This record gives sequence, structure tokens and C-alpha cells, in this order.
Amino acid sequence: MLELVDLGHNYGSYRAIDRVNLKVAQGEVVCIVGPSGCGKSTLLRSIAGLIKPTGGTVLLDGKPVDGSPENLAVVFQDYSRSLYPWMSALANVGLPLRRRGLDKKKRDAAAMNALEQVGLAGAAAKFPWEMSGGMQQRVSIARALAYQPKLLLMDEPFGSVDAQTREELEDLTLRVCAHHGMTILLITHDVDESVYVGDRVVVLSKAPGTVVGDLPVQLPGPRDQIHTRELDAFVRLRAEVGRLVRGITPQRNTHGNTHGYGYGVETR
Amino acid sequence: MRRATFGVLRLWIVPVTLIVWELVTRATVSPFFPPPTRIVEQFHAMWLSGPASQLLLTDRALETFGPSLGRLLLAWVIAGVLGVALGVALGRIRGVADYADPVLQFLRALPPPLLVPIFFALFEIGTATQLAVIVFGVIWPVLVNTTDGVRAVDKGFLETARVFQFSRYDILRRVILPAAMPKIFAGLRLSLSLALILMVVSELVGSNSGIGYSLLYAQQSYDYAGVWAHIVLLGVLGLLFNALFLVAEGRVLSWHAHARRTV
Repeated sequence: MLELVDLGHNYGSYRAIDRVNLKVAQGEVVCIVGPSGCGKSTLLRSIAGLIKPTGGTVLLDGKPVDGSPENLAVVFQDYSRSLYPWMSALANVGLPLRRRGLDKKKRDAAAMNALEQVGLAGAAAKFPWEMSGGMQQRVSIARALAYQPKLLLMDEPFGSVDAQTREELEDLTLRVCAHHGMTILLITHDVDESVYVGDRVVVLSKAPGTVVGDLPVQLPGPRDQIHTRELDAFVRLRAEVGRLVRGITPQRNTHGNTHGYGYGVETR
Repeated sequence: MRRATFGVLRLWIVPVTLIVWELVTRATVSPFFPPPTRIVEQFHAMWLSGPASQLLLTDRALETFGPSLGRLLLAWVIAGVLGVALGVALGRIRGVADYADPVLQFLRALPPPLLVPIFFALFEIGTATQLAVIVFGVIWPVLVNTTDGVRAVDKGFLETARVFQFSRYDILRRVILPAAMPKIFAGLRLSLSLALILMVVSELVGSNSGIGYSLLYAQQSYDYAGVWAHIVLLGVLGLLFNALFLVAEGRVLSWHAHARRTV
């Protein structure tokens, strides 16, 4: 349903992403992972129509995208700049539905339903600044749910919350969004997260970002924070993605190598 | 509790000043400086000895305050609406500011009282002229603050609006204006205090009603206690407007005060 063809973008003479080719099928959850500054956000902003890429095309359902496409929602990393502090959670979730031509009653009902799905029915009347970061990000997810987009973009959605909340939100995303059959493109710099959440992990290289790996994630059963993460398949895949992110070929040993981002690659 | 007590204690300066003022003015007996008790007496006689059904206000008070306050509030509302509308246009429509800015800076530099003769020529003596003087004088803080406010709307708010395809009206009404509201209110508050000043000025020059006119009349009849009573009245009105404004602001912008506290 989403296809990127030779997508590239320059900021002046700086090349952020270079000829990115990617196909995402309906209902897939694809994680894009890469080191800091590899143009992940540029990629997402191009798809969302927030910037006009300098090269290549974005096709949505076979049609080239110009401006912000219909039926697309974004969960931004920085919820404090994405939720409107002058509105309650319910109003924030319901606001995009005005475009759908629903009356106030139906909008509120749909917003309430979405808040229930993320476990925030009791906080509908609260304002964003009355909530924790994790709750605010759940409101953002509810807003995307209520909007019922065909494609959901998530830009490091769990980057600003603590570790426990992060796991909770990962599971919420899998349970709720994926359950709705939404196609999800999630951008992260966290190797673990990409493997845990994705049906597929796409690895971008350092800037200029280009696709250096595209790995299907085959993990049995419903995912679980503890069990899934200790599966051999999970560990192997995580190591493979980690190496790709750091730009290391598997032959070279990875011990003590620290250029790259954050996570130690375990070799078992 | 401690804070409240402290606040009350700090007010000791008020009674002390009044007592000293009273003693000095009684000792010196200058016609220009009547003792405060005399001023209060005059204030009461002119405006506050009316029937309870009028909240003790005399007919004279109603006749004097009514037109003044009516003009003040009407002019302030007009200036507010025009200021916000022009400010949004200047702040959000690309290119408009480049053309309009020099002209606006020029107009803004003109002291409004100097324009009274021109407004007379345009509107003749009367309410229209007074309104024009006040509006012209108080529109600037609203205009400048609105322009600033709508320019400074967080990019994140606007990108969200774009992604979810808000209509232009919704972007303006539900994103840009609320985001700029704290600045707009700061401008409106400044305008309100300016409006009080310009109301009096406009009535001193060309009017046959209102507080300014009444002040002039007291002065010309050598009623200096009356002149002082007018000064006290304007101070009280200023305080009152400010207090009411802050209450309204607290309601409309409660999200802002709270959001700032938690961030």
C-alpha cells in the first residue's frame, strides 16, 4: 500500500537520505531502525507530507503523494508539542474527526471509545498537563486510533518515556493498532524495540541514509516482553540488526566496538 | 496563612500615608491640597449618596460614569477585535508584514491626543471622535502582541494540524488563536489601562459629558476637593478593571498557567 521509490532528500548540500526503496504491504508493522542522524525522521516527514523530498516519489495505494495524504496519522515523539494543552484529552482525540463530517456527539463517542482502548476512559476530561508522559503518549495513540487511518506513522513514539512505560506502550501498540489491521511504520533508534514490535525490520545506514537491511521477523505466538525477548530467534535477530545498524559485517567481531548507538550486541 | 498575614502587614504604608497626608494638608491649608477626609466627603456627596436601588450611586454618578465607561468599553472591544484580526493577518499571511510594517510603525509613533483635531474634522465633536481617539490609541498593544503570538506558534502544533488535515478555519480557530491567546491577553490588558487614560483625555478636549468633562468642570469651578475626587475615582476604576480582567484571564487561560507550572 505504501511504496517509496528512490526517495532522497537534501538539506542544502547535506544529503539526509539517499535513494530509499521500500514497499510496505497492507496490515504490516514495519520498523525502521538506524543510527542517530541517519535521516529516519526525514524519511517519515517525507511520507507525512511535512517536507517535500528533493528526489524520488512516495506512492500510497499506487498514487503519488503530494502534501499530507488523507487517511494518515502520525504519533510524534514529542507529545507535549503534539497534544494541544488548551483542550481536554477527549477534545484532543476528537478534533481530527471534525474533518470526517461527524457531529459533536458522534465525535465524542468515537473519541471516548478510542480512549477506552488505550485504558484512559477515566481521564477523558483531563488536560495534557495533568497527565504523565506515558498517559499523554497514550492519548496521542488514541487520537490516531479514533482517526482510523490506513497508515499510521510513529516517529520514535516511545523515546521520551521511561523503560516500563515504554514496554507498556509497545504492547499497547501491538495489541490495539495492529488489531485494527492498521499498517504501521514505526521509526526508532532502539534495536530491541524494532525487533520486538515489527513484522519486518528495515535498517538504514548512517547519513545519507539508505536501506542496508530488510529482515522479516518470525517469532512464534503473541509477543510478550519477557518470553519473546529471551527466545533464541529474538536474540539472533537483535544481534543481526545491531550489526547492520553499526555498519559492521558479521565476520568482524563486535566486542568492544562502541561507535554506533547504545545497545551492546551480545554474542551467545 | 502566613503569606496572607504578611500581605496585610505590608499594607501599613497606606494608613500611614493617609494620616500624614491628612495632618500636613490640615496644617498648611492650601486650597489646591484639601485633606483626604474632605476629598472623601466630596466623593461621597457627588457620587455615593444615592438610593440603595442604584447601589448608592447618585443620578449624577450614573450620568457621568455611564457615557464614559460605555465609550471606554466599546472602544476597547473594537480595538480588540480589529487588533486581533489585523495581527493575525500580519503574522500569518506571508508578505503582508513587509508592506504594512513601516506604515504601522509610523502610525504607532503618533501620540493619539495630537490626532484629536483630525478626528474632529472627520467625525465632528461627539462620541465618534472619542471612540476614534481611544481605538487609535489602544489598538497597538493588541496588534503587536497578536502578530508576535501567531508567529510564535509551536511548529509541532502546526505539523499535527497538517498531518490530520484540519481545515484552515480549524487551524486558525483551534490551534493558532488558542496558542497565541496568552500574548493576546497581555496586549488586551495593557490596552485596557491605556483606554482609561485616553477616555479621560478625549473628554477633556471635546465633550459635554463623562468623567473627563466633569473633572474639567470641577477644576473650572475651583472645586479642588472635587478634582481630587475624580483622580481617586480614576484610580479605583483602573484597579477594578485590572482585577476583573485578571479574573477573566484566569478563566480563559487556566490551561496556560497550569501548563507552565508543570513543564
